[in-house]
Amino acid sequence: MSAFFAIIARDVALAFRAGGGALQAVSFFALTIVLFALAVGPDLALMSDIAAPVLWTSALLATLISLEQVYRPDREDGSLDVLAETSDVLALTAFAKATAHWISTGLLLTAATPILALLFNIEGPALWPLLLSLLIGAPGLSLIGSFAAALTAALPRAGLLIAIIVSPLYAPILIFGAGAASAGAAGDPQYGANLALLGASSLFAAIFSPLASAAALRFNLD
Amino acid sequence: MAATSLYELANPVRFERIAARAFPVSLIAAALLGAFGLYFALFNSPADYQQGETVRIMYVHVPAAWMAMFCYSAMAISSIAGFVWKHPLADVAAKETAPIGAAFTFLALFTGSLWGKPMWGAWWAWDARLTSVLILFFLYLGYMALWRAIPDKTRAAKLAAILAIVGFVNVPIIKFSVDWWNSLHQPASVLRAGGPSIHADMLTPLFFTIGAYVFGYVALLLASMRNELMARRLARMESASAPSPASLVER
Repeated sequence: MSAFFAIIARDVALAFRAGGGALQAVSFFALTIVLFALAVGPDLALMSDIAAPVLWTSALLATLISLEQVYRPDREDGSLDVLAETSDVLALTAFAKATAHWISTGLLLTAATPILALLFNIEGPALWPLLLSLLIGAPGLSLIGSFAAALTAALPRAGLLIAIIVSPLYAPILIFGAGAASAGAAGDPQYGANLALLGASSLFAAIFSPLASAAALRFNLD
Repeated sequence: MAATSLYELANPVRFERIAARAFPVSLIAAALLGAFGLYFALFNSPADYQQGETVRIMYVHVPAAWMAMFCYSAMAISSIAGFVWKHPLADVAAKETAPIGAAFTFLALFTGSLWGKPMWGAWWAWDARLTSVLILFFLYLGYMALWRAIPDKTRAAKLAAILAIVGFVNVPIIKFSVDWWNSLHQPASVLRAGGPSIHADMLTPLFFTIGAYVFGYVALLLASMRNELMARRLARMESASAPSPASLVER
């Protein structure tokens, strides 16, 4: 179990150091929101209406661009082989890698959301549905995404391929996540149901994604 | 007995012999069933009292939508067989099913769009069924993209098989979530749930066209599997006859 936390600590430290993707992902998250605003126009009321889908899509895209970093650098410098050889359960290692990715992107994006939500004129209690949905859904994004990263770990430029593979698989999380955030902001009674289904999707990913990632990694070792 | 015949089919040499005979048979069956189906669909079936003549699009649309799902299932089952029993023929079957399935999915979307324009007044509606078929199309594209991206065929087969199985497990979840999304955002669906039951005169052409699509799939699959096997054999022969780097150094 100490190895589990050691992998998380190592990956999070790497993500925040020079060349790591953590701060790039948050910057990209903020920039996507600005791009949306530029496309929609300076109508704050309209932006406030579409806050949930825009924030959720931006968070998904920011997660997507950082996925390549999960396994490829480790595959290139050989540490993936060491990780695989020294781990008793490869799926647990994959779970640790996905958790580290969530901490360095998903959790960071969630933490940045209260500030970015001000750009949509959302503050105070109205923020909770957004934060809660991101907190529950973002781990699912990292888990499913790290599976695609494991599939393509041996490929030199897999960024676009990962996006094509993983986007259809993201459909349920995006639907329940943005649905929960929208329903919560509107006071819709379906808020709870959306959150529950979002939690179910993340839990389902937590069980199956590490297993599938481990199976994929076995064929991507030297 | 069933197990024996399955293993016999898994032998590439025997597969080649059986496929060489089964290919023309299934091609002729597809052509005949298709000709009968089109005759009944265009000339010998009633127009719908609501949809008019456009109902005839259904005879090419419905089988395409079914084949889209069928091919994805076939791809996933072949992938499981290739992954568990490590037989290359199963991998080849999964690989060659993907573009055929993607073509059926595209055909279902395309004919549905042609039908939607006169019926709904728009080429597209964000209906639950349309949207999930569109996502299915992208699942096919992802699978094919992964195959193309990995140069080593054995490795590509294993990784693509994992993706196909993961996708197959996710298809019902995606379907459920899209249904949920649709009921959340759209007050009333364009397609009526539990529409009028289909008339027997309309079932006859549908029966023939479904048969044509199934045999068409079998013929295309056999042809492209034989193609792939021959291409691999050719690649092996070329690499065997080419002078090795070591022999060049010796000279």
